Amino acid sequence: MDIQVRVWRQAGPSDKGKMVTYDVKDISPDASFLEMLDVLNENLILSGDEPVAFDHDCREGICGACGMMINGVAHGPEKATTTCQLHMRHFNDGDTIDVEPWRAAPFPVIKDLVVNRGAFDRIIQAGGYITAPTGTAPEAHSTPVPKPDADLAFEAATCIGCGACVAACPNGSSMLFTAAKVAHLGLMPQGQPERATRVVDMLEAQDDAGFGGCTNMGECTTVCPKGIPLTLIGRLNADYRKSVRGN
Amino acid sequence: MPKVQGKRRPRGVRSSIALKILMAVTGLLLVGFLYVHMIGNLKIFFGAETFDHYAHWLRTIGTPLLPQDWYLWIQRAVLTFAVIGHITAAVILARRAGKARPVKYAHRPKVQGSYAARTMRWGGVIVLLFIIYHILDLTTGTLNPNGKPGEVYANVAADFAPSRWYVTLFYTLSIVAVGFHLRHGLWSAARTLGQQRPHGEKIARAVALVLSVVLVVGYLSVPFAVLIGLVD
Repeated sequence: MDIQVRVWRQAGPSDKGKMVTYDVKDISPDASFLEMLDVLNENLILSGDEPVAFDHDCREGICGACGMMINGVAHGPEKATTTCQLHMRHFNDGDTIDVEPWRAAPFPVIKDLVVNRGAFDRIIQAGGYITAPTGTAPEAHSTPVPKPDADLAFEAATCIGCGACVAACPNGSSMLFTAAKVAHLGLMPQGQPERATRVVDMLEAQDDAGFGGCTNMGECTTVCPKGIPLTLIGRLNADYRKSVRGN
Repeated sequence: MPKVQGKRRPRGVRSSIALKILMAVTGLLLVGFLYVHMIGNLKIFFGAETFDHYAHWLRTIGTPLLPQDWYLWIQRAVLTFAVIGHITAAVILARRAGKARPVKYAHRPKVQGSYAARTMRWGGVIVLLFIIYHILDLTTGTLNPNGKPGEVYANVAADFAPSRWYVTLFYTLSIVAVGFHLRHGLWSAARTLGQQRPHGEKIARAVALVLSVVLVVGYLSVPFAVLIGLVD
């Protein structure tokens, strides 16, 4: 299939950047979106141009490295799918596809489609950990966890920190990310000692990084490649309120 | 949960969730007032004497413990503070949201959120402008064609007379804007105050929709009753 891509090209953090159109011909419908960009880059290199920079690592949908706005939707049109797992068969021959980096002040563009997601690391550093001694895995029955709690904690823990929630949010908010981390640790017995400080510290780090606030639009959960539920933000809000009030 | 100690406390009311909680609480207070106000409005269907008597009674609430009109002024003060708190939090959060996305997307389809959710900010501005007009119209009587204190029934009837269709139109649009604002706002407030179960979300959304529709119908029944001559 032959397609046209309009890609954001930005040489560096201080460059102004613009959308540039390229033709990509003879792409297999079974190619992934990133493989299509690989083909584009091979062509660009052959013609002496700078290839399009984009983040990627596992290409299995589990690392959270890849991610771009495809026709204005984070990770493209398929639900619960990362960009690397999106295939060209979901597009039509002759389509023009717009590709842009995540747009958020806390995620400055480094080059082309690559953004600095260090702000997420700072939120994690503020409280996304437990201080229980670790080591080898303990006997599973020594600390019982109710099944519904374990399931919800696992659902929250599937967050890969790709940043799609921020990119999609009309407010540029990372509330779904922070909520997932707070729920994932706060539902486990090992996460209880820091439960009250964690939510306050992580939220403060989020506000400091310059993310917006949540208005419960639900855009984040719609594009989330892991389908992190919006209900976790309610849990975050409740935990925050209880922490600050101290009960 | 253990209390958050000293320096770990957030910067008070400036954290984004604290601002959201302020919006939720003030919003719910204002919705409570809207419902009481709506019930009062519906007394117009019991005739001029009942309606005017009800309006006069509002001034005597709390007497003889409080002097005449005091309760009304206390309520006005509380509502004004609620409105100011609600708007202040909204402006701070909207500015933060604007700063969080300095570069816009070149290609951006409509946001998935409902029409109500997408129009919260501008809808809020319409509601504020309406409140200002409404106070000048039916509280102070400045913009009312009859505008006589105590003649509440006559003031309302004169206000929505068929020849002043533009007033009725603006009133209708404003009330519908309130309805949309509450449809997302009520549910959003529940979520902000900690609603977190999928089943509860369905209930909260349904309750928000029903309360919004009832409110819109209740408020619009008055001008349309005047328009069709049921109240004159």
